[in-house]
Amino acid sequence: MSTLHVDIVAADRKVWEGEATMVTARTVEGDLGILPEHTPVLAVLADEGEVSVHTVDAGRRAINVSGGFLSVDQNRVTVVADTVDAASLSH
Amino acid sequence: MGAQIREYRQRIRSVKATSKITRAMELMAASRVVKAQQAVRASTPYANAITRAVSALTYHSDVEHHFTHEHEDVQRAGVLVITSDRGLAGAYSSAILKETERLIGELLEDGKTPVLYLVGRKAISYFSFRHREYVASWEGFSEKPSFANAKEIGDRLLEDFETEQDSGPGIHEFHIVFTRFKSMVTQVPEIIRMLPIEVVEGVSQPAEGEMLAFYDFEPSAEEALDLLMPKYVRARIFNCLLQAAASELASRQRAMKSATDNAEELVKKFTRLANQARQAEITQEITEIVGGANALAEAK
Repeated sequence: MSTLHVDIVAADRKVWEGEATMVTARTVEGDLGILPEHTPVLAVLADEGEVSVHTVDAGRRAINVSGGFLSVDQNRVTVVADTVDAASLSH
Repeated sequence: MGAQIREYRQRIRSVKATSKITRAMELMAASRVVKAQQAVRASTPYANAITRAVSALTYHSDVEHHFTHEHEDVQRAGVLVITSDRGLAGAYSSAILKETERLIGELLEDGKTPVLYLVGRKAISYFSFRHREYVASWEGFSEKPSFANAKEIGDRLLEDFETEQDSGPGIHEFHIVFTRFKSMVTQVPEIIRMLPIEVVEGVSQPAEGEMLAFYDFEPSAEEALDLLMPKYVRARIFNCLLQAAASELASRQRAMKSATDNAEELVKKFTRLANQARQAEITQEITEIVGGANALAEAK
């Protein structure tokens, strides 16, 4: 099965990059789960939302983001946020 | 004679003291410019992601947004001028201010009223000294701008741009004058028109044989665009601030390097003059002694 390539970028730096099997995020309309081969989508994230990434090699990672959006295109997931809580980068 | 040597020695001491300062500033600028360049690079993924999303939105959907809407009768044009807080950076700030004056002239010619937004103490003192009005100013971060600074500036500009819709005291278009960092040796003052937005860069045409992806938008294309446009503007402003910071440090480094070189040159020159004066003094003393001895011998 193919995997997702995930980029998490904040305004002033790239926070994380890696391969994942699933990404879930809270959008303004509710939770959104992304699996490989997802149709291209551009979703506005909720103001205080948690994005969780099920990585291929390091288990699940949860990241708090605020003010951002998420785009999916050809198994590339880009999470873009104004601020990313770096402390939440742990498992 | 002795007075002359003393004068030269004093000059040498003073020039040496100055060159120590300029040398220190050069080294400081050199180390900071590397960090500034890294900051420019670090902000690129974000800028790219936003640009890609905005072009996807404008490319895949035909949503009209007032940020992209060209105003027919532009009366007030905002100008954001990005200069440095401190001097000693060669022609950095004056080049920007000259470019600004040119833009202001052009705007006035087109019958638009320039509305000034200033960043950096140099611009603020330039315009307040000439008693020219500006509507907003920011200072204190020209060497190391953070995203919060860009957000503050962007929010103010967007607010003024939005009030235009009700024909208030806002602005109809908005330009940024900043210094683009091309390399360590070339930094060019540049004017870009920020609003209305022309999304030109990064509008990715689908590659050969690649299917054009049609995006789904959550919640809707309009709302996504509403959210993205201000972000796009802020990201662009942030990028301009970072480039300006890198340019400032690079020109400071260059200015301080040539100042140090000049100081060394001066020290060399004054050392030679001092040596010459010393030698002349010795020669004169010897002539005087010999003359005196001869006079004594003849008197015998």
